[in-house]
Amino acid sequence: MKKLNSIKYVVVSLAILIIIWQVAFIFSDYSEALFPSPIMAFNALIELLTSGQLLESFITSMGRFVIGYGLSVIAAVILGLILGSLPRVFNYVNPMLQLLRPISPTAWMPFVVLLFGIGDLPAIVIIFIAAFFPVLLSTVSAIMKIDDIYFRVSENFGIRQPALLWKVILPAAFPQIANAIHLALGSAWIFLVAGEMVGAQSGLGYQIIDARNNVRADLLLATIFVIGIIGLLLDYLLGIVEKKVLRAWGGE
Amino acid sequence: MSYIHIENAGKTFVENGQEFRALTDVNLDIEKGEFICLLGPSGCGKSTLLNAIAGFDLVNEGSITIDGKEVTGPSTKNVTIFQNYGLLPWRTVEKNVALGLENKKLSKDERAGIVRSYLEMVKLEGFAKSYPRQLSGGMKQRVAIARALAVEPDILFMDEPLGALDAITRMKLQDDILDICKREKKTIIFVTHDIEEAVYLADRIVVMTPNPGKVKGVLKVPLHHFRDRTSGDFLLVRDKIFDLLNMKNEEAIEYNI
Repeated sequence: MKKLNSIKYVVVSLAILIIIWQVAFIFSDYSEALFPSPIMAFNALIELLTSGQLLESFITSMGRFVIGYGLSVIAAVILGLILGSLPRVFNYVNPMLQLLRPISPTAWMPFVVLLFGIGDLPAIVIIFIAAFFPVLLSTVSAIMKIDDIYFRVSENFGIRQPALLWKVILPAAFPQIANAIHLALGSAWIFLVAGEMVGAQSGLGYQIIDARNNVRADLLLATIFVIGIIGLLLDYLLGIVEKKVLRAWGGE
Repeated sequence: MSYIHIENAGKTFVENGQEFRALTDVNLDIEKGEFICLLGPSGCGKSTLLNAIAGFDLVNEGSITIDGKEVTGPSTKNVTIFQNYGLLPWRTVEKNVALGLENKKLSKDERAGIVRSYLEMVKLEGFAKSYPRQLSGGMKQRVAIARALAVEPDILFMDEPLGALDAITRMKLQDDILDICKREKKTIIFVTHDIEEAVYLADRIVVMTPNPGKVKGVLKVPLHHFRDRTSGDFLLVRDKIFDLLNMKNEEAIEYNI
């Protein structure tokens, strides 16, 4: 019943969105080529699917995303574990992080393109930057917040590094780290598109630019719609994984 | 020399540039197998003294030796039980009890057998697969006791282990602790601010007072286990403690004379 209800919410919500779009289309003064209707965008989506172009862009983008986001999360968690265990070192690193963190990943884009040229790397680098700082800072704060009693108990029972890391530190800090990894997925996906629009000649982000250059607003909107759907699915899948690991470690 | 020998022990903290004396000039000898209660109001240094003997926060004056060896840090031979249990919430009850056994060279079956027998001792064998959050406070503390006993320690340190429990659960656990400890024959150092608890449990009570934290007196409890909380002897010991803590109304007596 609960599942049925949540499906109902999704269907109604999306229907409202499409109706608003359709109404805007009916009352708009723009030509159909510039502001297409939902049906036209849907037809464009079918065209993208049958031509195989969508699949190609999807595979390219996902490849970049998995590499950029994956490397970023691994690097940020490892560095976070080290800095979290060395508070005195972190005091020196923290100002640096606080300076770099508020810089939008897109601001690095021209610089990254200058260094690496157009291709896979700029998009990967930008995704890396987008996920790196939130995961790193959350990991450090999660480690520093671990209750001292766990360390006393471990010390008492003679649990030393490296066992301490995977027996105590990681599971104690995991809920907060997992939350940050989950949140960073969203922003990483957002910046994938930005990265591909500026620094690549392929992928979903580039497909938007390509559609604009060909004045194909229907293809453009269809691509945007697909980007949204993929983002939603990625978030959902990671949520399931997160819950599974939490349950395995006895969390709520 | 005694099993645990404490000589002129003292501890000072520096907080906000000011020196603060938590413990001063403690001399105490504890024999093997004794049940010692450190009793006093908050700020009397009883937990500081316990942590110093357990090796978590060492004293910076005098010396503490266990079995002739200077205490320099926590030892796996002496286990501390904390007021807030110190259970790992991501481990099941049985995995919590197994925590201290994982460093030892035991087969899986041997380890499981030890865990089971200690869970039976604290009457929690039916909760082996539960997580700590599913248990009541009293049950959690019993898990912590099973976990401590499983490594067969020489000394058990208990830092207000029943402080977070309601009065009835508390009395039940006092009986359980006495029962288990007489059977296991451990040396126990037990911190509490509850006078009745101390009289009920201890062989000797170390009465401490604050500003600065020091030992006011050591009281032998000449009662046998199990004790009757309402007997005359029980009340007499309690009375002596009131006396040591200056909690008797002396002015009223003077006025009558």
